[in-house]
Amino acid sequence: MKIVFTTKGSEWESKIDPRFGRTEYFLIYDEESDELSSFDNRAINDVAHGAGPQTAQKLFELKPDVLITGNGPGGNAARVLGSANIKIFVGAGEMTAKEAFEAYKKGELKEF
Amino acid sequence: MKIAIASGKGGTGKTTLSTNLAAYLAEKESVVLTDLDVEEPNSGLFIHGNLINREDKYKAVPRWNSDNCTLCGNCQKVCNFHAVIQLVDQIMVFPELCHSCYACSELCPTGSLPMIPEKMGELREYQSGNLHFVESKLDVGQEQAVPLIAQTNKYVDEKYSDEIIKLYDSPPGTSCPVIEVTKDADFVILVTEPTPFGLHDLTLAVETMRELDKKFGVVVNRYGIGNDDVIDYCESEKIPVIAKISNSRRIAELYSRGRLLYGEIPELKDELVKVFDFVKGNLDRGET
Repeated sequence: MKIVFTTKGSEWESKIDPRFGRTEYFLIYDEESDELSSFDNRAINDVAHGAGPQTAQKLFELKPDVLITGNGPGGNAARVLGSANIKIFVGAGEMTAKEAFEAYKKGELKEF
Repeated sequence: MKIAIASGKGGTGKTTLSTNLAAYLAEKESVVLTDLDVEEPNSGLFIHGNLINREDKYKAVPRWNSDNCTLCGNCQKVCNFHAVIQLVDQIMVFPELCHSCYACSELCPTGSLPMIPEKMGELREYQSGNLHFVESKLDVGQEQAVPLIAQTNKYVDEKYSDEIIKLYDSPPGTSCPVIEVTKDADFVILVTEPTPFGLHDLTLAVETMRELDKKFGVVVNRYGIGNDDVIDYCESEKIPVIAKISNSRRIAELYSRGRLLYGEIPELKDELVKVFDFVKGNLDRGET
């Protein structure tokens, strides 16, 4: 299972970024290999229009099974993700990535 | 003569000035008032006339045809607005983000993104004596004001000569829709209020007009509230304050009933005269 978090940093202790389209990082956890990696998305700050689809396109390329985020993607991003068969869990906006992962495991996050 | 009525801050009195100035001037000569605040046009609350035309307005957006597409990715590279993106084996189009620039469609080597018209809003034209009133309104769900503003401008330009007085009620702010409204204006009136918020947004509007190299002046509405900072700012920046409309409960009452003001408030009529004389004098003399 490959799980991606929208985060403000590249570690387990990093805060979840509640925004999807303008998230600063993707934190990527591969459960099988127990490997943690990240993608720096901060260049999105320079994008005035269409941040949602662009970030969604990046996520699409990472091919995760699960996305854990805060507020949930907006309409445009949701359209992209909808065609990728990614399960989306929201409501982790106040947590660290670690806490969000535990909450997800316990079934405490809401499916989008 | 094209005069745009803009502001930084919303709610400062653009529509009040636009509608009263238009109706007052139309007592003597032909005037076209165009409401270009297409997201929420409201000049029509104050201007009543006979509906003489109604047109649906369309913008063209690309639609992907997969038959001959080679997935070369050109379309997503040329789109500045991320309205077209490529996902592994498909092209996805986001009509709300599209600015109808045609780049993806024209540069597609296989013609796989034909441009298809999509209704974005409606234009209406009314007439009451010498006063012609045009307003456009975006459909619910449409996000792009600029294409509708551009088409409304074109309609007015084709129908009415620049010899007559054309007034344009602009949206607030300083972003793309305001640029589209003011870029062809001969003179821009910036309406503000004497408050810190009014001053803050006025300075942004002034910077925008300077960048566009526009002739402009300031009308201070609700004069008497707040402080003198707006007046001081205009003095130090050498920006003409062409009229001051006093804060008045009576104005608010008439406004709330959808009534024009100048017939009932003589001081307001004096300010309208000042505004028009200033703008006309400025344009006649070709001052900058």
